Amino acid sequence: MSVIAPKFKLSEFIKSLLDNAFWILLLLVLVGIPAISILLFAIEMPVINGELLTPFLALTWIADPSRTLPIIKAFMATDIFRVMAFPGFGFAALLAAGTIFVERKMLAKLQLRVGPFYCGKVEGILQLMGDGLKLISKEIIIPAKADKPIFWAAPVMFVGAAAAFVALIPVAPGWVVADVDLGLLGVFAVIGFFPIITILSAWSANSKFPFIGGIRALFQMVSFEIPLILSLLGVVILTGTLNLSEIAASQSSFPWIVFLPVGAVVFFITMLAELERIPFDLPEAESEIVAGWLTELSGMMYGLVQLGTYLKLYAFAALFVVLFLGGWNGPMVVPPFPAEIITDGIVMGPITAKIPGLPVFTQEMLNGTLWFVLKTVGVIFFILLPRGVFPRIRIDMLLSLGWTKLIGLAFVNIFIALGLLYAGVLGPGGLQ
Amino acid sequence: MTTELPPGLALQKVDERIMTLNVGPQHPGSGHMRIIVQIDGDYIVACDPDPGYVHRGEEKMAEYRNYITNIPHLERPVIHDSCNILYPYVLGVEEIVGIEVPERAKYVRVIASELNRCIYTMYWLAIYGIFLGHSTMFMWPAGDRELLIDLMEKMTGARVTHAHFVPGGVRNDLPPNFEDVCLRQVNYFEKRIKEYAAVFYDNPILISRTRDTGVLSRQDAIRLGTTGSVLRASGVDYDLRLKEPYDVYDELDVHTNVMKEGDSYARSRVPWLDMMESCNIIRQALQKMPKSGSVRTKLKPNPKGKGLNSVYKRVESGRGSLGCYIVSDGKTEPYRLKMSVGSFRNLIALPYLLKGEKLGNMPSVYWSLNYWPVEADR
Repeated sequence: MSVIAPKFKLSEFIKSLLDNAFWILLLLVLVGIPAISILLFAIEMPVINGELLTPFLALTWIADPSRTLPIIKAFMATDIFRVMAFPGFGFAALLAAGTIFVERKMLAKLQLRVGPFYCGKVEGILQLMGDGLKLISKEIIIPAKADKPIFWAAPVMFVGAAAAFVALIPVAPGWVVADVDLGLLGVFAVIGFFPIITILSAWSANSKFPFIGGIRALFQMVSFEIPLILSLLGVVILTGTLNLSEIAASQSSFPWIVFLPVGAVVFFITMLAELERIPFDLPEAESEIVAGWLTELSGMMYGLVQLGTYLKLYAFAALFVVLFLGGWNGPMVVPPFPAEIITDGIVMGPITAKIPGLPVFTQEMLNGTLWFVLKTVGVIFFILLPRGVFPRIRIDMLLSLGWTKLIGLAFVNIFIALGLLYAGVLGPGGLQ
Repeated sequence: MTTELPPGLALQKVDERIMTLNVGPQHPGSGHMRIIVQIDGDYIVACDPDPGYVHRGEEKMAEYRNYITNIPHLERPVIHDSCNILYPYVLGVEEIVGIEVPERAKYVRVIASELNRCIYTMYWLAIYGIFLGHSTMFMWPAGDRELLIDLMEKMTGARVTHAHFVPGGVRNDLPPNFEDVCLRQVNYFEKRIKEYAAVFYDNPILISRTRDTGVLSRQDAIRLGTTGSVLRASGVDYDLRLKEPYDVYDELDVHTNVMKEGDSYARSRVPWLDMMESCNIIRQALQKMPKSGSVRTKLKPNPKGKGLNSVYKRVESGRGSLGCYIVSDGKTEPYRLKMSVGSFRNLIALPYLLKGEKLGNMPSVYWSLNYWPVEADR
């Protein structure tokens, strides 16, 4: 067995591409067409603009952009789109899946792993599907004396809390699932849920290893929440608002990391600890306590927690971008779209209905989304990187780091923010 | 007069603060072994290692097989170090049967033994890495081990259990061109393990986790009878390759690595230093080895021991002194066979080291003892 990847050959690459294209086409023909026909004929079609959407009409509409575009835009203006697709759950789950894939690939490169290199023909793309299939096919085992309702509910609550966190993050001006005035306070509240869910799951399993892991997770999350919240206060002082959209908008000229580097560092470290990433993955230290509070979770229950973890990872990375890296702000790089595509006056759905004439999406939104995604991916990369470099630290080292060093640094950050405010360099809302 | 119950019958007072944790078997942190740990909060109050889980009865089985057929199954306790675990047995049988070993075979044995020591230590190091949550240090040694396994495959034809050492020499001669390939691979291997220092041994988190944890003083190391890297990490310069040279070790320039600290860090570093020393020894042996000649003295089928006698031979294995005591009654099978292994002798130190330590230190202290669970339970 050799652990060295083979050399890249263009002819083989093209061959593999064609090979894969063939299988995908075959799959589409065999599965896709029956599925679409079932969807088209079995489901009652909606009435749009006074016309019943029959399958044949739908096919003609697909060919006619002047008819499909209004429907797409009308759908994009609805709350369902925001919650399910973008910037809500679908987008975050896609990024989470991408994160898992990138993590596997990056660590495989670093550690000479074999699976993510060779599994599937295109650069180990099948590894993710393999992981998913494995999780789905495993039996869900519940300990005999577990508190079953809570044991079942904990992974679902975990994903729910992570999704609530995702909902608060603005991706571009006007594109946020829940535009709350006290958004940052909402973030604190959502973060406060995670220790409770963890300890509920750990306690309900009625087993010693989850118990120890749950207590550790509780210690870790509670002791790192304080520096986390303190490190955010600097930004709040400078912007004078708790609305995440306004905080992002206030950084049009400078991202706050320029003025508050200490806060950014503290936030990044506490973020690693809150996410239970290496070197702070103590709650699931597998060599001492098997998998911590996840020990008794099996099959897709474990998969749900993993999904929640990666949603949380995306949300934290996005929060870091919003607070310290300027959110969606960046130079205009997206090529300008024709005006009728962007601001065609279709008004539908509860949000746009309140403000007639508001465009569904604008040039700024497209550009902002691009910058936001780029920055978030960059932050995620830095969150993933320590896994290849550091071993795990010990619980007492972790607690002393949180309580003695990070809280002190967070206070330093607050004093820096106050100093900047009183010196008149910066005022509420940005550079004076 | 109050009647006092005998010690065994009195009920123990239950301390509700103390929780008993069965770490293993089938635990990612203990392998096949069970460690019964009593913890008070995060501190270990008492620890009772229980190695009797993968019992194979190797020593008893050896009494029912003749001297040659014992070879493939006596290497089972440590399949990664199969040359070294056969070494004392083969030396002992040679003395019992009364047979000389050709000069070239002695060098081949030394090369195979040192290669096997590296293969074992790489496996050990990989597990030490993952015990501390360092997955890179798990994958790197596991991958680089392949280099040496390929070498051993060329030499013996088998990848893991080689069964290469036989009374009277080694089973097969080296393949053609082996010396050049071996030298090249070993040089590359040495360059590679030097890189481990940057990612593992100089890592600040690793140092803070292993420094001053599980400290074994020089006196305790001697008193508890530890051996190998554990003993040398506590400042005792004791290596059987130097103190009781066997085969051609007295003709080679062998150094041993001694550290004074006696903590987990020193115990984890000494085997790594030993691997570099092994590379040195292999290079010397390749240079001094006779280029041709026999590698095996022919034996009669089913050799018999010479009368009633016993022999105790020991060598320095990857885990320390490894001894084999063979009693012969003049038949084709050994009358008794007992092995003294480094793993079991080092395991005795575990309860002393873990008492008062934090639970988080358990894996790092436990695995720094250079322990192989299967070997302790033969």
